[in-house]
Amino acid sequence: MARFIERHPAWALIAIIAIALLLWLVFAVWPPGLEQAIGRKRVFLNAVFNGITLGGLYFLVASGFTLIFGLMRNVNLAHGSLYLFGGYVGYAISAWTGSWILSFVVAFIAVGLVGVLLQILVFRRMEGQDLRQTMVTIGLAIVFADLMLWVFGGDFYQIQTPSWLVGPVQLPFITAVKSSGEPVYLQYPMVRLAIFAASVVIGVAMWLALNRTRIGMIVRAGVDDRDILAATGVQIQAVFVLVFALGAGLAGIAGVVGGTFQSISPGEDTRFLLASLVVVIVGGMGSIPGAALGAIIIGLAEQLGSVYIPTYAIVVTFLIMVLVLAVRPQGLLARR
Amino acid sequence: MLKGSVGLIALGSLLLSGAAVAQEKIKVGVTATLEGTYTVLGEDGIRGFQTALNTLGKKVGDKELEFVIASTDATPDSAVRAVRKLIEQDKVQILLSPLSGDEGIAVKNFAKSRPELTFINAASGAQETTYVDPAPNFFRYNMDGAQWQTGLGKYAYDSKGYRKIATVGEDYSFIYTQVFGLVLEFCGAGGQVTNRQWVPLGTKDFASVIAALPDDVDAIYLGLGGADAVNFLNQYQQAGGKAHLMGGSIMIDQTILSSKGSAKNALIGTIAASGQADTWEDPGWQKFVKAYQDSFPPNKRFPSPSLLATNYYGSTMALILALRQVNGDLSNNQAKLKEALAKIELDAPNGKIKLDSNRQAIGTNFVTEVVDDGKGALFSKVVKVIPNVNQTLGYDPAVFAKIGLPSRTIPECKKY
Repeated sequence: MARFIERHPAWALIAIIAIALLLWLVFAVWPPGLEQAIGRKRVFLNAVFNGITLGGLYFLVASGFTLIFGLMRNVNLAHGSLYLFGGYVGYAISAWTGSWILSFVVAFIAVGLVGVLLQILVFRRMEGQDLRQTMVTIGLAIVFADLMLWVFGGDFYQIQTPSWLVGPVQLPFITAVKSSGEPVYLQYPMVRLAIFAASVVIGVAMWLALNRTRIGMIVRAGVDDRDILAATGVQIQAVFVLVFALGAGLAGIAGVVGGTFQSISPGEDTRFLLASLVVVIVGGMGSIPGAALGAIIIGLAEQLGSVYIPTYAIVVTFLIMVLVLAVRPQGLLARR
Repeated sequence: MLKGSVGLIALGSLLLSGAAVAQEKIKVGVTATLEGTYTVLGEDGIRGFQTALNTLGKKVGDKELEFVIASTDATPDSAVRAVRKLIEQDKVQILLSPLSGDEGIAVKNFAKSRPELTFINAASGAQETTYVDPAPNFFRYNMDGAQWQTGLGKYAYDSKGYRKIATVGEDYSFIYTQVFGLVLEFCGAGGQVTNRQWVPLGTKDFASVIAALPDDVDAIYLGLGGADAVNFLNQYQQAGGKAHLMGGSIMIDQTILSSKGSAKNALIGTIAASGQADTWEDPGWQKFVKAYQDSFPPNKRFPSPSLLATNYYGSTMALILALRQVNGDLSNNQAKLKEALAKIELDAPNGKIKLDSNRQAIGTNFVTEVVDDGKGALFSKVVKVIPNVNQTLGYDPAVFAKIGLPSRTIPECKKY
């Protein structure tokens, strides 16, 4: 951080001003002039929160994607299918047992197993052939999509939110002051906060596992140079399987999350594949903090866009991607 | 599940065709939204269509009707693709299509390129389809979105005392038409529509849309359908929304009122208007409901037919009755059939239907209110029945033409 400020004082100043402005917008009671210019504060705060929570969901999908890419240099274009499959498994479990928590566990394990099979049966056979792997994953994505359409139909599935998460909570942010002087606080859906908290916990756990454990050390070494790592006697194939299973399992969990606060149906696979591609391109391929930053940026852009420039909301995401590719093609937080 | 049964029917008709080679066939193509946001609507449309076949039979004189079903996803290009496939590959002679508003406009335009064939609208309800440059071979036996809102604006203003409302709707022609009908009547009565929000068809995350709903209004009108409506209600419940609601014709409909989960309970007491009401006492309606219920096991249908089932039933009925009138004669570019279709007066389950000079239905409309039947099932209860609603909504055609075509901002909120 200190080095960044030393090297780019101008950029650092702009960043600090932007953060200060954002904090002021979030915490201050808006003067009437501002409300007239850009609408009520409640709308703004909600859009910001929705953007961050949506970013949490994107992070869950994209982190697995970027982890697999980082280690194996394999652009897994069937990642969206794993998301959708996780959603369907989660729905089946929650409808059958009535337990929301259990649906996460089962979706993680089931989709993780699919990941293991994919790695052992498909990717191991074409190691190091990037183009061939990419083509195969496109093919698999199409096959999976049709298989799921066959089994689950074109219907919409919504995973029942547990009753203790239904409804709003009051947050300590003042959105307006009534004429009586009484402050109005922000009401926000509980389930979205819970999901965001969960994705933060998963993100931190992943960071700790990668940076503080022996296995994480091996994975990081593999990201840097897998040939040398293999030469030191590490079972590199076992590491590959493990990472693929973890990445796929995360996509499965994301599917359950997506099915809870949105809904799952055919077509969601490509939507989330696209979202995770954009997220990792913005954040930097192979970087977990990059995926987190990218996810938050894309989530915020989508939600703020849908409120303030609804007609062009879809374009904003891609504009950001184009901008990043033009200015910093390796991604915002890439290591190289 | 439905796809399975559709497949079975297709297989069944294939086998039958083998058995009766000598018999002449009339091939009819049917489209429904069996994919995407409106899947549930398409599935119930097909149930209405099958109910009509069960009730009326598939025979026309000594000819047998044969049906081919194709799937669309509510986008205009998917509808045109499905219709072309039915005509070019399956060689159908008559079309029962499509389900959704934008699809309707596209299929009507396509119909002009095949003037020899007959197109019967299945359920779509955009005004433009039959109001602007109608196709002579396109017939619509259901009312349009604006006709389906007749009575709602006055009821909201006079009986509910709503003065200011805001609307949220899907951004396409059918909902434009619905909001058109609502705004015209509500503002004509003296009300104000302060804000119209439009969301893309297939929106998943409504959280920011919900946050942007104004809170200084008496009620919020929801013009959503299918999965969008369910997603909206789910997130509305999570956000703790408590406003009075008003509903469009596919929002307050069994497709939504029978959805799983508790989110739909936000709709209890909501007022709406549509081409049908679930609890109407009319014997014809009750008979149709019974026929629908008897045609499918309870877990494969709604407790009561949706608007889509009713529309598909009505269109299929019009086709079969008209074909019987002309004894299945399709010679001379189906001229006799077209003439019969234009003249036919239907005794449909949801009231009498006849066509105007644009081949657009004049029918009966219903103002309703959502009630809980005490066992957790929701139904729309009749508040008011309005017969003889025409496409210009009772306005002088010259005045009506000046209002403009339904869009995001038209009509203005004023008395015309």
